[in-house]
Amino acid sequence: MSGAPVEHGYTHEQICIPENLIYQRPGTLLEQEFHYCPGCGHSTAHKIFMEVVEEMGLEGEVIGVAPVGCSVFAYHYLNVDMQQAAHGRACAVATGIKRMLPDKIVFTYQGDGDLAAIGTAETIHAANRGENFLAIFINNGIYGMTSGQMAPTTLPGMVTTTSPFGRDTKTQGHPLKIGELLALLPGVAYVTRQAVDIPKNIRKAKKALQKALEYQKKGLGFCLVEIVSNCPSNWKMTPLESNKFVEEKMIPFYPLGDIKVPQEEKK
Amino acid sequence: MGEIKLMKGNEALSEAMIRAGCDAYFGYPITPQSEVLEYLAREATNRTGMVILQAESEVAAINMIYGAAGCGKRVMTTSSSPGISLMQEGLSYIASAELPCVLANVNRGGPGLGTIQPAQGDYNQAVKGGGHGDYQLLVLAPCSVQEMVDFVKLGFELAEKYRGPVMILTDGAIGQMMEKVELFDQMPRKTDVPDWATTGRKKGQDRTYITSLFIEPEVMEKVNLKLQAKYKQMRETEVRYQTLNLDDAEYIFTGYGLGARICMKAMEIGREKGYKIGMIRPITLFPFPVDLYASIAPKVKAILDVELNAGQMVQDVILSTMGKTRVEFYGRMGGIIPEPEEILEYFEKQIIGGAK
Ligand SMILES: Cc1ncc(C[n+]2csc(CCOP(=O)(O)OP(=O)(O)O)c2C)c(N)n1
Ligand code: SF4
Ligand SMILES: [Mg+2]
Repeated sequence: MSGAPVEHGYTHEQICIPENLIYQRPGTLLEQEFHYCPGCGHSTAHKIFMEVVEEMGLEGEVIGVAPVGCSVFAYHYLNVDMQQAAHGRACAVATGIKRMLPDKIVFTYQGDGDLAAIGTAETIHAANRGENFLAIFINNGIYGMTSGQMAPTTLPGMVTTTSPFGRDTKTQGHPLKIGELLALLPGVAYVTRQAVDIPKNIRKAKKALQKALEYQKKGLGFCLVEIVSNCPSNWKMTPLESNKFVEEKMIPFYPLGDIKVPQEEKK
Repeated sequence: MGEIKLMKGNEALSEAMIRAGCDAYFGYPITPQSEVLEYLAREATNRTGMVILQAESEVAAINMIYGAAGCGKRVMTTSSSPGISLMQEGLSYIASAELPCVLANVNRGGPGLGTIQPAQGDYNQAVKGGGHGDYQLLVLAPCSVQEMVDFVKLGFELAEKYRGPVMILTDGAIGQMMEKVELFDQMPRKTDVPDWATTGRKKGQDRTYITSLFIEPEVMEKVNLKLQAKYKQMRETEVRYQTLNLDDAEYIFTGYGLGARICMKAMEIGREKGYKIGMIRPITLFPFPVDLYASIAPKVKAILDVELNAGQMVQDVILSTMGKTRVEFYGRMGGIIPEPEEILEYFEKQIIGGAK
């Protein structure tokens, strides 16, 4: 293929000159294939966050906490120091790290089951203490890793393996809007809800992650960046259908945008 | 000679923590050990800069320990029985991820919410592994306020030597009683960072990560074998115990911590009455002094094991003596502390009197 002109008339070598570069794997992502299912939002979220870390020059400053969930192996992809936490305990582990190394940039990366079911207490109390780290919260409305059980964020009526007739809010509770809940706490600096279904949203989500790290550098307190995501495999949809579901069902229930911004931003 | 003070067990333990250059304590209040967090909150931060944090639960506390230990820091937590139960998942992760830390269980009566009085019902949980998987805690059992101090320092040394969790298994009586102690001098905070710690990726170097997840069975087995090799080394080199009057002993009283203390008194009363009683007090419960019991068993008529539980350590004594001598057990439960006299009475009735 090398040297042979392709349809647009440029050779491979011509395309590969640095001036033509529009995308490359950030150095903060290891050269390791993601194990995520095709079309899964975890991959996009990893990528944009690592781009932010690289663009801010923080690769030597960051310490992350991986959850139990599909992203349990985040440390196989993210080329920064990481600890793997017990299911739900990422915010406690991050508290331990940040209290020991207050000058480092600390983040957790957690699914909805991890952050808003089994780990609710750790999340709320870390937030309430104003722990100065970032929680990245991947809300796909399902337990991806354990193959599709109901999550705290599963939409009313949504079918999962443990709500086979659709989530019945009378007996199975209502979807937990943990972002709104956390926004009430004085220790929380920044809560925003973003998505990674379409390029426009991906760019916004990336910006939000960058802001959160800037706030952490300024010592403003707990930041939550919720990312409304998908789970094509357990939603039993193609990647495209799943992104359509995000747009048509998830986002109307979980509206995107800032829920709380730091005081100084408001001025 | 270090500073001499009259101190409560829990406060002495806390003071030792500060003096050992501990970097952080994460804990949750529970009787009979709430003095630890209270003492540290008053004393620690302004003296050494140590981080003191009241966690929202013991579950959170042990996971804060995980995070902080993973940064290569010297960290400790304490609790009492129900709280220690909540820490078991975290301890299993800590053992698997090979993170050094010290924790103390100021044992109270159980099961359930139980009682706040002293007990030794958590021996099995501490020694046999209360969490999931094949792991061990190195367990130290103090029987005096002085040992509460000494074992904090020793605990950190062993935790760092073996990269794993060390438990000080004590009880409400030793935690609450006051005794004279000699304190060691203030040690500096640790400055060296082990290469496995997560402190931010160094330029040109690989990232560091801490995990207990080894999804391939072959790798998981290797990790297990590595842990088992550590435990073997502990069995070979870290066994600690105290013995008294073994030379002419025809009978052995044995027990750990508070149980051993009461046994000592019972032994003294027995000796005054002319019984040739010796005493074995395991200081490390894991590793257990198996060889000592094995070697003494053929030389004595009986061993009486005394514990503040239904008979837990006695199982290890039976295993160690391999049927070479008679092993009897006397225990009280629910927070009741046996009197030396009742132990001797039991000894005279069951062993001397030969009743079955
Ligand atoms: C204590 C404990 N309970 C249950 C599990 C099983 N488990 C693993 S991941 C998971 C749910 C993960 O779902 P979520 O946090 O939403 O992450 P996702 O996979 O969807 O990204 C559960 C229940 C576990 N590993 N540990
Ligand atoms: S199971 Fe769902 S969340 Fe997990 S990788 Fe696959 S698509 Fe993503
Ligand atoms: Mg999920």
